[in-house]
Amino acid sequence: MGSYFDLFLTFAKIGVLTFGGGYAMLPMLQKEVAEQKKWATEEELMDYYAIGQCTPGAIAVNVSTFVGRKLKGYPGGIAATLGILTPSIIIITVIAAFITNFAELSVVKNAFAGIRVCVCVLIFNAVCRLFRKSVVDLPTLLIFLTVCLASLFTSLSPVIFVLFALICGILIKKLGGTSK
Amino acid sequence: MSVLFELFWRFFQTGLFAVGGGLATLPFLNEISEATGWYTKPQLADMIAISESTPGPIGVNMSTYVGYHAAGIPGALLATFSLALPSVLIIFLVYGFLERFKGNQTVDAAFYGLRAASVGLIAAAGIGVVNLTLLSPAAWKASGALTDLFNWKGLLLAAVLLLATRKLKWHPIVFLAASAVIGIVFHFGGV
Repeated sequence: MGSYFDLFLTFAKIGVLTFGGGYAMLPMLQKEVAEQKKWATEEELMDYYAIGQCTPGAIAVNVSTFVGRKLKGYPGGIAATLGILTPSIIIITVIAAFITNFAELSVVKNAFAGIRVCVCVLIFNAVCRLFRKSVVDLPTLLIFLTVCLASLFTSLSPVIFVLFALICGILIKKLGGTSK
Repeated sequence: MSVLFELFWRFFQTGLFAVGGGLATLPFLNEISEATGWYTKPQLADMIAISESTPGPIGVNMSTYVGYHAAGIPGALLATFSLALPSVLIIFLVYGFLERFKGNQTVDAAFYGLRAASVGLIAAAGIGVVNLTLLSPAAWKASGALTDLFNWKGLLLAAVLLLATRKLKWHPIVFLAASAVIGIVFHFGGV
């Protein structure tokens, strides 16, 4: 029971510290899940993100379910997911009920303008770390650049990019281009 | 059809068909607004602003907010859980599949390509945030002065944070909290 509660609490903490979409959760996952608790390696986190981005639903929920399921089976997956959802439910309900002009408050506007700068830097650091682990040769560099640029300049669904990369990966390895 | 059942059904669909993260839920929320009249388009804009300026993943925040608007606290709970349910079921299936094919060469080869793409997608999302936070193309267009393109206060803080996060291995929360205080003290939001 204790470990389920630990999963729930850790993901609730990550939920409180996520400002933005699922990608903003990445620096917290690296710190809490990979570095401190050692529940998953950074490579595994990357795999979960890859899958979380091409399966339906919020990326944050997908990744939480993955880590929980890996660690403690189905109940673990549910505990981690409830953890990531709980802060949103509490904070948003309170704001919706009492502070309707929340986003207009100047303190909130200024604080979040500062926080967003920090989120930029944290994501930059997280991407640098993952880049070194996943972009290991020329083919992976090309996949990285293609997906990054296509995602920036087209409105194609991420599903297409992920399928493209999956097929590239299989073709490259099967044709024996660069065997590791 | 009761409001609660409709909430469940609509958010379950949103969770099932919105692929690619929080902002992918937007078209669905627009449609819900039109179909049910639970909230208006301007209210939706407010909800997005609040979801972006509170902790928690944006997609989850917006579901809680819409659910609360439609049916109070039970609605908030139901909408949020309904959004997450398809994710949980699908990830359980995918996890089972991965376990079965662990060590399979084709699956490993697929992940070799997938990881690079995953980082590419996260980098693109990061560049999007940088663009919104550190650059202001609208001010540049209005004045024509190139110096207006950059958010100088933001860039300075970013440079300091970049050095600090490299040197000090503190928990990210320390840097987030410090940035919030600096944002308030130096009026980063311009208000």
